[in-house]
Amino acid sequence: MRLRHLVFAAAVALVAACAPVQSGPADAGGDERSGQLRVWLFDEVNRDAKDAVVRAAVAEFEGSHPGVTVDVQYIQVQTRAERFKAAFSDPKSAPDVAEFGNTDLAGFVAAGGFADVSADVAGWAEGKDLLPSVLDTARVDGKLYGVPWFVGVRALYYRTDVFAELGVEPPATLGEIAPLARRIRAAKPDMLGISVGGKYVYGALPFVWANGGDIAKRDGAAFVSTVDSAEAKAGWAQYTELLSDDICPPQACAGNGGDASVEAFRAGKAAMTIGGDFNRKSVDASAAAGKYAVVPLPGTTEGSIAPAFAGGNLLGVLSGTGRRTLAAEFVQVLAGKKYQREMYEAMGNLPTFADVQREVAESDAFLAPFIATLENGTRFVPVTPAWAKIDAQAVLPTLIQQVATGAQDVDTAAAAAAEAMNAAFAS
Amino acid sequence: MRAGQGRAAYAYLAPALLVLIGLLGYPVYQLVLISLHDYGQEQVSGGAPVEFLGLGNYRALLGGEQFWTVLTQTVGFAAVCVGGTLLVGAALAVLATRVRPWARTVLFLAALGAWATPAVAGSTIWLFLFDANLGFVNEVLGTTGFSWTYGRWTAFGLVAAQVIWCSFPFVMITLYAGIRAIPAEVLEAAALDGASTRRIALSVMLPLLRPILLVVTIQSIIWDFKVFTQIYIMTGGGGIAGRNLVLNVYAYQQAFAASEYGLGAAIGVVMTALLLLFTLGYLRALRRSGEAL
Repeated sequence: MRLRHLVFAAAVALVAACAPVQSGPADAGGDERSGQLRVWLFDEVNRDAKDAVVRAAVAEFEGSHPGVTVDVQYIQVQTRAERFKAAFSDPKSAPDVAEFGNTDLAGFVAAGGFADVSADVAGWAEGKDLLPSVLDTARVDGKLYGVPWFVGVRALYYRTDVFAELGVEPPATLGEIAPLARRIRAAKPDMLGISVGGKYVYGALPFVWANGGDIAKRDGAAFVSTVDSAEAKAGWAQYTELLSDDICPPQACAGNGGDASVEAFRAGKAAMTIGGDFNRKSVDASAAAGKYAVVPLPGTTEGSIAPAFAGGNLLGVLSGTGRRTLAAEFVQVLAGKKYQREMYEAMGNLPTFADVQREVAESDAFLAPFIATLENGTRFVPVTPAWAKIDAQAVLPTLIQQVATGAQDVDTAAAAAAEAMNAAFAS
Repeated sequence: MRAGQGRAAYAYLAPALLVLIGLLGYPVYQLVLISLHDYGQEQVSGGAPVEFLGLGNYRALLGGEQFWTVLTQTVGFAAVCVGGTLLVGAALAVLATRVRPWARTVLFLAALGAWATPAVAGSTIWLFLFDANLGFVNEVLGTTGFSWTYGRWTAFGLVAAQVIWCSFPFVMITLYAGIRAIPAEVLEAAALDGASTRRIALSVMLPLLRPILLVVTIQSIIWDFKVFTQIYIMTGGGGIAGRNLVLNVYAYQQAFAASEYGLGAAIGVVMTALLLLFTLGYLRALRRSGEAL
């Protein structure tokens, strides 16, 4: 018996004395001016077009920096979390420069993964033309951790042929969408009135914001969830009303995210959908090609626009880099005006510079509703590492799906979501 | 046993013990260790200090309502899968002993095909077959538009069918080998003594097959309790509003995708403990009925 106690005590001591492995904080790194600069960019469906622009930028950079080579690797968006986690844990296998989504920013910065580039952007001639609202999506606690490479906003796609046939006009307010969609589905039962999805958070958030609600509010240093405020609940109710049998049946729509929602529109099976400027090329290569138009997603009153989510990607410098200056200089080339313009032409990515954006908007009428949405002011998710957790735990999709399936009412589902969010904020 | 013999026995066991400690002991030790700490991505990459929580992760886990729902679901789902796998496997094993060689070959080839299909590919193919609008099954049944993965029970049923489909071959082949290993004289003697087919099956074959049944049952329990791929792929990561979650997917979603490795490790420890309990309980029950493994 005594022996057993002794073993138990030893085991407790062993467990208490040891801590799990930790890689040391990424040291600030050296600042070599030659050698190989490693770059991670996201892979795309039409990667060749992206790669052509990137290669031109690399050639220009290598030309002006003798003795420097640039190695570009394309990583998958789906597995980015694992790749970046591994890179942060082992600076030796990490790149010097990386593209990443602005919603990942807060988590990556808290993990100590990216370097503060405020001074680099301040000292950059082109930097002053970056749009302030877009620049905000690269900021954590007042410091910049990346340069916005492109932005993406969503608007309302609708089928012009269907609308003309039924003699209806695009909705003027958010409240008009449901009756209109219901009317279209009644006339054309094989079509979804509007294709939305139970996992399409960025399609649902404009409804919340337009009704005066928000995801969370800052309370001192911490965040507090506001998804259960009266205004937010009005937004959830308005969005989930669309997930009903006479508009977009939950059987078909409740499991859909943004891509699947747009896919139904592409297949010609939806009269409306919420899609991004980045969906244009794929819609133009679909059954809906030439038979659609885009308007800004309306707000609650006629003539207003619902605030959109400011999506987009940033280019950042990793904190473990051994080539700090070179990395920052490469970011300024690839995210600079010249290559943003080329990326727009190759990929349709919306530029982040005020003047370049105006320029492309004037040359392309398609962009007008997206630019109008951008100028109306965009919103963003809470800038905190907890957001990555809330996202991974599917808190908001669960809220939408609970209501859409009729398992819970808006009050119950919103309260549960707020509780889960606050737990994440507190941890 | 004399002392010298014992030492020799340990010496012979040492290599196996070393491998076990290296491959099982150390990871389990790390898992338990991590589960006692607040260990997230910030802590891994050195951005924040590691904090000792004691049983904090376990309290958070066991205090959550959803954990118990998911646990109940997992146990129920695994039970259906184990039962179905054993039933289908045993039935087909008996069938295989009764049919002509060419039919047996066809049966074995089909079973091996299902067994060899990677879980990801198998799940995806099943999803195609049961697709709401374009699926073959809905086409045949005339239920085009019916979504099998939407409802909680149809989704669980579909996934359970897939799990049974890809795990029955192991049971079938093992049991077939077991049946074939029963000496013909024993069965003949029973028949000569006037036992009916039913009586032979229950009183002669079943006891002889018991050790094999034991192994396949434990294996199936362990496999089906840990199902991840099929649920993750076929229900899109746990179904509408998470109503098709099982423990492994829950651990992935709540802990690893959210970079809460401490909590994830706690779920892992709980799962390991539960599986050990199941297995030990099962072994004890068998020993009590007079059969040692």
